[in-house]
Amino acid sequence: MTPILAAAEYGGEFDGAFDNINALFDMPTLIPIHIGGLDLSINRTILIAWIMTAVAALIMYAAFKNPKIVPSKMQSVGESIIDFVRNIAHEIIGPKGAAYVPLLTTFFIAILFLNLAKITPIFMLPPTSRMAWPALFAIIAWLVYVGAGIKEQGAGHYFKEMAFPPGVPKALYIILTPLELLSNLILRPFTLAVRLFANMVAGHILVVITLVTVHVFLYPRPGLPIGIVGLAASPLVFGFELVIIVLQAYIFTMLTAVYISSSVEPAH
Amino acid sequence: MENLGNGVVYGFATLGPGIGLGILIGKAIESMARQPEAAGMVRTTMFIGIAVVEALALLGFVLAFAI
Repeated sequence: MTPILAAAEYGGEFDGAFDNINALFDMPTLIPIHIGGLDLSINRTILIAWIMTAVAALIMYAAFKNPKIVPSKMQSVGESIIDFVRNIAHEIIGPKGAAYVPLLTTFFIAILFLNLAKITPIFMLPPTSRMAWPALFAIIAWLVYVGAGIKEQGAGHYFKEMAFPPGVPKALYIILTPLELLSNLILRPFTLAVRLFANMVAGHILVVITLVTVHVFLYPRPGLPIGIVGLAASPLVFGFELVIIVLQAYIFTMLTAVYISSSVEPAH
Repeated sequence: MENLGNGVVYGFATLGPGIGLGILIGKAIESMARQPEAAGMVRTTMFIGIAVVEALALLGFVLAFAI
């Protein structure tokens, strides 16, 4: 990014240099709200998240407000999303998966629409590129899969199986037990959150670099070919980002299902 | 120079996952070609594997900016 901005400062009209990568994600406060010691101010990220949530809710409401046996267009869109998630749940969790379909569908739709803000004109910023959203989703997933394990196997049995997986020589438990506990209780939600977060951050930086290149270089100046390359590349970048957006929503949903299935069915 | 450090950290973080993803996806394609009827199951497992391998590269990406 630095060379583009340096070139911009050298001869372009673009003078808003980013001093830090955080400048891409840090939005000014629109409506300051302070309750107690908490900073609950409304900024652009929250506004985008509200609007995208409302859009998702409206689409799902329009799809299912008047369900018929022969589905309308909206209903078949909604049904195909739910059918997709239900297939994931049935394939991975098995017959007990039906109970988790509502949660997994909520995850899928929420993450899909919050991510879509990345390539939606006017917004162009995914709320999931702020750590709070992925962390919230990951904490919910953690609570659900630990809760499912305690409910299905009983607390003692669940944690015992987690710490001491059966079928391993006793001496190996010295190494295995800390690793298993770390992996199951800390690394799983952490990587779940970081995967979504880092993909969205990287994608947002990619989109910003492409658009800034077009904005800076597409003038009749010596740098014009770079601008033309940027202009030609931008649809490809947007298509690539669309793939990443859907893939991340799918992977988050699927990994949550995998973690739930490892709690529901004890390891043999 | 600090930015160079970030780039080097992330560059090294991609090496292992890059090799891993190559092996993983290659093997998955191989098994799909051998048994097309098992393609759905292989694909699901492949995505789980990709997600686990990719996490390492993403940790490198986050740490490159965090350090």
